Amino acid sequence: MHLVLFLIFGALCVGAAINLLAQKHPINSALSLIVVMGSLALLYLLLGAEFVAAIQIIVYAGAIMVLFVFVIMLLNAGEEEVLPHSSRVAVSLGVPGLILGLAIGIWVISRYAGLDRISIGGPMLLNGTESFGNPTSLAKLLFRDFLLPFEVTSVLILIAILGAVVLARREE
Amino acid sequence: MSIATYILVSLIKIVLVVFVLLTGVAYTVLLERKVVGHMQNRWGPSRVGPFGIWQPLADGLKFIFKEDLTPPYVYKPLYLLAPIISVTVALSSIAVIPFGPWINAGGVHTPLQIADVNIGLLVVLGLTSIGVYGVVLAGWSSNSKYSMLGGLRASAQMVSYEIALGLSLVGVLILSGSFSLREVVDAQSGTWFGFIPKWNFFKGQFVAFFIYIMAAYAETNRIPFDLAEAETELVAGYHTEYSSMKFAMFFMAEYANMITVACLASVLFFGGWSGPVFGPPILRDILPVLWFVLRVFIFLFIYIWVRGTLPRFRYDQLMAFGWKFLLPLAVANTIVTALVVALR
Repeated sequence: MHLVLFLIFGALCVGAAINLLAQKHPINSALSLIVVMGSLALLYLLLGAEFVAAIQIIVYAGAIMVLFVFVIMLLNAGEEEVLPHSSRVAVSLGVPGLILGLAIGIWVISRYAGLDRISIGGPMLLNGTESFGNPTSLAKLLFRDFLLPFEVTSVLILIAILGAVVLARREE
Repeated sequence: MSIATYILVSLIKIVLVVFVLLTGVAYTVLLERKVVGHMQNRWGPSRVGPFGIWQPLADGLKFIFKEDLTPPYVYKPLYLLAPIISVTVALSSIAVIPFGPWINAGGVHTPLQIADVNIGLLVVLGLTSIGVYGVVLAGWSSNSKYSMLGGLRASAQMVSYEIALGLSLVGVLILSGSFSLREVVDAQSGTWFGFIPKWNFFKGQFVAFFIYIMAAYAETNRIPFDLAEAETELVAGYHTEYSSMKFAMFFMAEYANMITVACLASVLFFGGWSGPVFGPPILRDILPVLWFVLRVFIFLFIYIWVRGTLPRFRYDQLMAFGWKFLLPLAVANTIVTALVVALR
């Protein structure tokens, strides 16, 4: 059951990501990105991380992507212009290069790490009983074990926000 | 419980709840028209059946048989998708709302709730945040100035008020220590001195309740926050270009959202289904549900009362109210609740 659901939503995720690149209109790309976020949330759910999944939906799909769509609507961004010459050199070098890179990657992993290390089996467990993604264990990690890094990160983000506001402010 | 019984029981519950919800949606519309009518010194619908009680049926038939117009310059895929998103999200968030205790029916022990998930509250919030896309995409894909302005207003408004809404619930979560809505209700059982119920509202979350109610009105696009529709400025806002059943879907979504907000308010702040229970066993099973429905009805009535009383905000007032008043108040409420719980 888990494997079937993983394959379905993994495929949906990859498909939407490819669609995101292929679409010409920015709003279609933004919607594909929402599908990517949604299927990622379902993958988290399959791993037993229900809190992370819910936050993924609320924050990424619900808040950040609404702002993306808002900006696209506000600027009334139209269809992207297709460049008159699609680079034949890029296609003829890029596609074989990509396949070669993937092949080398898989070979390296199977040679040195062993394919059995790459597993998509059941939820990752911290100490055998507790799943890592429920609110309680997550809160323990964030507010007890990693309190200082967590707070420092939040200060860092605050600085980034202030910096963005200063940079975006008009010169008087 | 075997899997077959579980699926059967779940299906029965889903059918029942959806039936009650849709009927509730139809009759909330009638209730609104009647109550607002009486507030404005007129009768409201009174022709179809006694007191107009078949009016929702007549309205439904009218929506179904109306011509379904699609304006020529809309962006069709999203124009069709937008009402579907709205109504799906609005109807599915009822799934995690508990409306009664565990009951024994025909040898099956089951909770009166479709799905008791341990992140119930987050599921509702997540679905609400996805629901914004219905309004925004409708506004954008209609390819009309009025719809566009409605969609833009809706997206900014909903993102702003979602933050205050979420923060206002943190106090309740601190007090009950769980995201599961059933556990939130269980944490509110019992009384002080035998008559004051231990509802979160009386446990000091009354500020949170008023923040929640105001933010929820804004989230459901109701007066005084219905800037996205604003008939006097934007014709009908985001659904100007919609007709027949597609318009009805937005309408249903709005009223279903109202009912979800009312359910959530009674679950989170007013003890869910708690109330005096007496009589034979069958009555003991039904009474809690009745107490729950009574609370929901009161909240819906307040919704309509507010609509009949208040004028619409100006857009800058709306933004200032959300960011400069509700948000700091919600943060302060969270901090005070956390301090009280920590020092107790």
